[in-house]
Amino acid sequence: MTDTTDTGVTRAEYCAVACAEVFRGDGEVMASAFGTAPALGARLARLTFATDLVLTDGDAALVDGAPPLGAAPSSLVLESHMPYRRVFDVVWSGRRNLIMMASQIDRTGNQNISAIGPWARPKAQLIGVRGAPGNTVNHSTSYWVPNHSTRSFVEQVDVVSGVGYARAEAAGPSASRFHEIRYVVSNLGVFDFATPDRSMRLASVHPGVSVAEVVESTGFALTVPDDVPDTRDPTPEELDLLRTVLDPSGLRDREVRG
Amino acid sequence: MADKRLTLEDFVTELESGMTIGFGGWGSRRKPMAAVRAILRSDLTDLTVVSYGGPDVGLLCAAGKVAKVVYGFVTLDSIPTDPHFKAARQSGAIGAMEIDEGMFYLGLLAASQRVPFLPTRAGLGSDVLTVNPSLRTVRSPYEDGEELVAMPALRLDAAVVHVNRADAAGSGQILGPDPFFDELFLGAADRRFVTTEQVVATDELATGGPLQSMCISRLLTDGVVETPGGAHFTACVPDYGRDEGFQREYVAAAGDPDAWAAFRGRFLDVDEAGYQSATRRAADERAAAKAAKEGT
Repeated sequence: MTDTTDTGVTRAEYCAVACAEVFRGDGEVMASAFGTAPALGARLARLTFATDLVLTDGDAALVDGAPPLGAAPSSLVLESHMPYRRVFDVVWSGRRNLIMMASQIDRTGNQNISAIGPWARPKAQLIGVRGAPGNTVNHSTSYWVPNHSTRSFVEQVDVVSGVGYARAEAAGPSASRFHEIRYVVSNLGVFDFATPDRSMRLASVHPGVSVAEVVESTGFALTVPDDVPDTRDPTPEELDLLRTVLDPSGLRDREVRG
Repeated sequence: MADKRLTLEDFVTELESGMTIGFGGWGSRRKPMAAVRAILRSDLTDLTVVSYGGPDVGLLCAAGKVAKVVYGFVTLDSIPTDPHFKAARQSGAIGAMEIDEGMFYLGLLAASQRVPFLPTRAGLGSDVLTVNPSLRTVRSPYEDGEELVAMPALRLDAAVVHVNRADAAGSGQILGPDPFFDELFLGAADRRFVTTEQVVATDELATGGPLQSMCISRLLTDGVVETPGGAHFTACVPDYGRDEGFQREYVAAAGDPDAWAAFRGRFLDVDEAGYQSATRRAADERAAAKAAKEGT
């Protein structure tokens, strides 16, 4: 295993590469990515191993290539008009792969962005369920949690916005038919649901993070394999793309430190 | 063609307390804010607000106009949440129907098409179905037998949207990149209002932008109000972007009762012309303060 300090690869760069893996094997689908590491991950994938991926301009268009973070709108090559009304056609057709944030995530992959506390009178009203219910039962969804703690990785989320495995199964075949929670990427590691009961499993730790730290920072019983690999290193090409092309000002290191 | 032009005051007299009112736009983008401000100045109350929510929702909550909000989200885009909506939810001051934003679209579409519901996968398995116990599922009558959410029509008593250009008969033109769901808000409503940056002659619509930008037909419009700056402080591209400085001022003021009273006195307890000049002065003051800070 490579030591972080030897290669100089930052934690944020491991996170970006882990987010890129969300899109491996995807063909011509719309990649939607919320957060800095996911935005970099989708771009890395588009430029390297998932070249048919279609990125958006974050407004109402699909763009050619993979523009740097914060690229001027005038520098983008637009491919297609994608207003919100058409986004729903894409979502419901399944031709989309999404990585979005989670204020809370639980053992079976339920996600919450609606409210903390009881929904009827929340302790903290968040943004609202947004498109999470529809996204999760229509196309592959992954989550990005830049602040892994027992407050974000909880036994049970307060309001199920994005639907996890147990809830999708309980809701019946119409809910589970196109349902897939592919990965959860946090600032500490990568998680999947490759367990018999489709509960969350530690898939890899980012170099420099111990398994014990992940377990302590998680508010539920995580499945931990005997042998937990490190999150893979960025290739030299990926590192160069991250540092000199996609994010030369280092926005990634402001989202995740270390 | 009928001349449907109204003033903001005429528009408000068309509304009644207790109505369900839809507001066009999305988040902090192309919101019919002049119409919202006119409602704030009125004695209307007990409204059900249906919105891809932004500061329209927040301001109406702050003024105690709201009985219930129907929404998938409420956001200021560059600031994740609206402080007044947050406070209203957390204090229990308002009722709420929180649904997936795609369900919201289908609710408007169903209302526009005069059908009671439209089926969708969205909502299945989520707490949208538990926190809204009135929502039902429906089984496909065909061989697949799929069980889907039956999103009920979101019928509106009135709707108002803000567009870049319109003619006096109510044909509207959206010059920005996304028409959002404005057409469906109008289609879902009994009384339909378009506010616009500028009323132009009908032949100026086609010369002002591509045919696809002329997306609101007069079949969908009962009244047209010319309100330059009528989406401020939300974005109304290409006419203007979001006034981020003012939006930050709005959020900062919301955190403190005295600051909010001052904000209200300066920007909201005045007519629309007063609002527009006060916000221009506020922008000048922010620019001067910034210059002074950078100079020292």
